[in-house]
Amino acid sequence: MDIRHFTCINCPMGCPLSVTIDENGQVIDVKGNTCPKGYVYGQSEAVHPTRIVTSVVPVLHGDLLMVSCKTSQAVPKEKMFDVIQALKLVQVEAPVHIGDVLIDNVANTNVSIVATKEVQRT
Amino acid sequence: MENNKQLVIIGGGPAGLAAAIGAKQAGIDDLLILERDHCLGGILNQCIHNGFGLHTFGEELTGPEYAWRYIEQVQQLEIPYELNSMVLDISKDKTIRYVNAKQGVCTIHAQAIILAMGCRERPFGSLSIPGYRPAGIYSAGTAQKLVNIDGYMPGKEVVILGSGDIGLIMARRMTFEGANVHTVAERLPYSGGLKRNIVQCLDDFNIPLQLSHTVIDVKGKDRIESVTIAQVDENNQPIAGTEQEYPCDTLLLSCGLIPENELSANAGIELSKITNGPVVNELLETNMEGVFACGNVLHVHDLVDFVSQEATKAGQNAAQYILQQLPAFEHEIPIETGGLVRYTVPFSIDPSRMDDKQIVRFRLSNVLKNGYVNVYIDDNRVIHQRKMIRTPGEMESIVLKREWLNENSQSIRIETEVA
Amino acid sequence: MDVDVLIIGSGVVGSAIAYYLAKTDLKIAVIEKEEDVCTGTSKANSGIVHAGFDAMPNTLKAKFNVEGSHLIPELAKLLDFEYKQNGALVLCFDKKLRDRVEALYQRGLANGVTDLKIIEKDEILKLEPNVNEDVVCALYAPTSGIVCPFGMTIALAENAADNGVQFIFNEAVETIERVGDGWLVNDHYHAKVLVNAAGLYADEIHNQFVDQKIEITPRRGEYLLFDRTAGDLCAHTLFQLPTEKGKGVLITPTVHGNILVGPNAQAVPTKENVNTTAIGQDEIKTKARITIKDLPFNQVIRTFSGLRATPNGPDFIIGQTADHFYDAAGIESPGLSSAPAIGKWIAEQIREQLNANDHPHYIAKRKGFIDVKKLSNEQWNELIQKDPAYGIIVCRCETITAGSIQDALSRSLPARSLDGIKRRVRAGMGRCQAGFCLPRSMEIMQEKLGLSFEEIQLTNSHSKLITSKVKEGIHDGKQ
Repeated sequence: MDIRHFTCINCPMGCPLSVTIDENGQVIDVKGNTCPKGYVYGQSEAVHPTRIVTSVVPVLHGDLLMVSCKTSQAVPKEKMFDVIQALKLVQVEAPVHIGDVLIDNVANTNVSIVATKEVQRT
Repeated sequence: MENNKQLVIIGGGPAGLAAAIGAKQAGIDDLLILERDHCLGGILNQCIHNGFGLHTFGEELTGPEYAWRYIEQVQQLEIPYELNSMVLDISKDKTIRYVNAKQGVCTIHAQAIILAMGCRERPFGSLSIPGYRPAGIYSAGTAQKLVNIDGYMPGKEVVILGSGDIGLIMARRMTFEGANVHTVAERLPYSGGLKRNIVQCLDDFNIPLQLSHTVIDVKGKDRIESVTIAQVDENNQPIAGTEQEYPCDTLLLSCGLIPENELSANAGIELSKITNGPVVNELLETNMEGVFACGNVLHVHDLVDFVSQEATKAGQNAAQYILQQLPAFEHEIPIETGGLVRYTVPFSIDPSRMDDKQIVRFRLSNVLKNGYVNVYIDDNRVIHQRKMIRTPGEMESIVLKREWLNENSQSIRIETEVA
Repeated sequence: MDVDVLIIGSGVVGSAIAYYLAKTDLKIAVIEKEEDVCTGTSKANSGIVHAGFDAMPNTLKAKFNVEGSHLIPELAKLLDFEYKQNGALVLCFDKKLRDRVEALYQRGLANGVTDLKIIEKDEILKLEPNVNEDVVCALYAPTSGIVCPFGMTIALAENAADNGVQFIFNEAVETIERVGDGWLVNDHYHAKVLVNAAGLYADEIHNQFVDQKIEITPRRGEYLLFDRTAGDLCAHTLFQLPTEKGKGVLITPTVHGNILVGPNAQAVPTKENVNTTAIGQDEIKTKARITIKDLPFNQVIRTFSGLRATPNGPDFIIGQTADHFYDAAGIESPGLSSAPAIGKWIAEQIREQLNANDHPHYIAKRKGFIDVKKLSNEQWNELIQKDPAYGIIVCRCETITAGSIQDALSRSLPARSLDGIKRRVRAGMGRCQAGFCLPRSMEIMQEKLGLSFEEIQLTNSHSKLITSKVKEGIHDGKQ
């Protein structure tokens, strides 16, 4: 048995969570949450923490120098820097639209990088 | 160039956009958004992190995506806007003077005005931090612009003073883009930033947050060479012997936001010493009739969703004002505050003109654990609300029902109660 | 390079000497170790044009101060920089010290200061209602003024440049040799006459050639600058009557509508110690409250400090102290007020010595930078039609346009750093302290000067603003 402590991040409440994990690494209890989302967060944060990664990549021939982007879904926390590393090699051609896929399966996460900003071609 | 408009909205950020949409949908066609930047969306364009829109859209968007949802609506509704246009002054008769490169200096006589100019960061100079004034000192928002819009790093070895949300967000951004963030020092015993940001921007990267600490020296004549941090006592005085010197090339500041009300002040609009924003009634109308305020120019918000809500309301109210649909003014009851409640927005309520469910937003001056917020109308307690934790960094709100008030109501009081 | 006169240092004194020498047909150069004019003692001071009652009679300080205070208003018109004759009060808060006010008055008369009078409490409070009611009496000097120290220095230097004076920046004087009937500086500048206007470092130059050695000690003064929103605190420059406890601090409006409070005086170990201190700031606040009780310290937008070049003797060191070598050394307060007179006098000496003639195509006037705030709508529109950049507001706090910034980068003595822009056109000088306009000013520098972002400097070449592009140095497995 192991109790791990996290701060829930689902809303500004920031509930202090205590997650109990058994010998097999299974979550057997989450305490401190005030909503179901907190329960789910506590579970996943204890076993399989994930994050959305956001960054910027250069645009060619655009009305902006950089276009912002994000992972279309959360990626494993330990993969965050692999994602950033993969972005280092990317340069996109304007126009860019919100939701355009800039990289497929970034850093073997099965998640794509999508643009989060509109860039017009100049 | 001279012109007349029913409604002019000053600022095309999240507040201005939502206000314009609110007004347009309430029947105002002759309106104009004046935006000083080269595009709509305001500061959201540089807030490329996710976490926006959960309340409004039920999903987590990045800043530019959140802004785009409103920009698209503005475009679909064919709401006119002028970019690169700086408002210079507002006169008492609601004449707005602005300038841009295309039209030159223009004046518009407006029936109503919505102030949506947002806020700015507290600058280094105002903090009176001892030491040198070299290159490498940036407010977090300036750094955010340089990194996220221009694609440049303002430094590599970073210390952050202040744990406001932009500072926390920039700790992560700078780390992702190749910098080492050594520590975040916060003068107060608690952070003004959202929990989620402390977890995901600092804890995730093992960046220590040092509460009750401040910068007491900046070394380096040309570019920063080091920053010295020390613990402070209850009176904010550095405690001798707690100094730690961090070699670094950059100091980012996230020490609070100030509503940008120079235009309002020069127009003669009454400002609150607490919020630094206009004093508004239940319509979000300032002491200047027909001039409304919303968003961060009114009071600094932590969630953009609430800015949009508030601004939509301001837009609708301005529309009703212009269309003369507002109920007659009867009597304004000032909202009194007590306990840890620093201020409320609105500052006063006229029961005859309030919403059926009037949202009153407020902030606390300190952390309140397991405490209550009580609302009294003429000494009758109408709300008694307990919450596990309330912090100064997170805006609170209550809903005041119109049915609780009548023409004889004399006082409204919002206060905290320690459990 | 061969020149007739080489001036070391481009502070206000060096620039004033260059300005007056530029009226001749002599070939002049100014050598400066920093990237711009006005980067040392000239940039961080009170900006006061002293009436001249403070200096001891029959000193160089008295002579040049009074003369300088008459020259500055004329120069302000000719060279288009900000000057205002706002008058000064030396406030006495202790009735036992009334005789000192009288003594100051007499000293002023002896120095030739006009219009001085001693006024009583009622009149003081009528002139300055925010002054502490404990005030007893004051010396009133209506001829005292305020000036923008950057504005004046840049105007003098720029007009000199317009008339052919060459400015050499980013080069410190390392070696000086006497060769034949002149000088060889840094092995490549030949000059007939050498002028020492090296400010804090003037002793190092002087002591190489003059038997009577001098020593310049850096004495730091810290300041607090208030937002223009506090600008109506006072209209006159408010000095405190010196007491046993010291000289006190002043509170003054600036020509741009801010309020400046300071300075204290503290000997510091090095000539680079321009840092502020917690003790110093507290000292200023405490002392300033003697003059005005309720100072809105929450409206302070910047704290800074400057160094005074204090000589070991009581007076300025000015004149031909060695053959073909002129000193303008130890120029502490009232240095800013005296600078034009010092420049004029030294230029006259050199002109005579080298038998110089008038400049054949002398340009007497200089146009200042356009402040759009002062234009009517019609004038501004006309300007925007000619150059749309004047319709783009870059610095929101001070209403500074892209046009003005471009102008600052295109003059005969152009800004080459962000601080250079700030000191010329005030972009970044306001309450947000460049939070908004910094990236935009950088873009304009990039376009206009063909610099990359990484090359842009706050001040000198060691003060780059950007370290790299994003993601540089990111490598696998970082965490």
